[in-house]
Amino acid sequence: MENENAINKTSAVEAAAAEHTRCGQCYRPHVDILEQADELLVLADVPGASGDRIDVKFEDGTLTIHAQVEPRQKPDHEFLLQEYGVGDYWRTFRVSEAIDAGQITAGYADGVLTLRLPKAEAAKPRKIGVKTT
Amino acid sequence: MVFRYRNMRQPIYHLRDDLDRMLTGVFGPWAEGVLPGTGRGQPALNMWEQGDAVLVELEVPGLKADHFEISVVGNQLTLTVDRPELKQEGVTYHRRERPVGSFTRVLRLPVEVDANRVEAELRDGVLTITLPKAESAKPRKIAVTTA
Repeated sequence: MENENAINKTSAVEAAAAEHTRCGQCYRPHVDILEQADELLVLADVPGASGDRIDVKFEDGTLTIHAQVEPRQKPDHEFLLQEYGVGDYWRTFRVSEAIDAGQITAGYADGVLTLRLPKAEAAKPRKIGVKTT
Repeated sequence: MVFRYRNMRQPIYHLRDDLDRMLTGVFGPWAEGVLPGTGRGQPALNMWEQGDAVLVELEVPGLKADHFEISVVGNQLTLTVDRPELKQEGVTYHRRERPVGSFTRVLRLPVEVDANRVEAELRDGVLTITLPKAESAKPRKIAVTTA
């Protein structure tokens, strides 16, 4: 947990610099991260993003999600009630597990981005048989 | 998130509404499986007028058409959204931020709408409800006769 905090700070610094050049108003998507036996499953809520404008990068243990969202209203649109804004989604994660970067798959359906990060062979849990003599 | 206020309403009423929504989740009855403090409360929505209709838009990622219940009576829109929980065995959650549970929201619309012509479209996790204004709510030009 402490490790995560320290690492979040670095990625926060990177995020501040990167967001300025990347998108006008970036939102942080809600994400569920599940660890299964042989892969990490990342589910990100990115409603309104178009499938072909989602960038997923895995570099050096850092996973970056950038989903571009087409604005649905004009910038000066008059709302009767506005409880959320529409904009690009951007989030980075530090992944501590050894991941097989070549086997990462991503799918997008109904506003949810699903990333499967298979663990590298070395990181998979392995049952070790005990020989009784 | 951006909050914008209509000119006619005081910001203080919006504060009261927002607090009501937040506290209903804590003290009021909540849906199965949603503990107070978890989940986002009610789904956030945007509403605006477009020509002869009122449009309501919600961001509801991961949901299919049968997860909604939308009903319209007069100028009242009742919306029930059910986000099913992802049942997974033998997994460890590192992050769990996506809200789950069932939420109902009742919205008072600014005008009467024609319930027979209401349409709802779900695309890429965004639900857009188009509520055409009722005939009685449309402005009618009145000609002035000189006697």
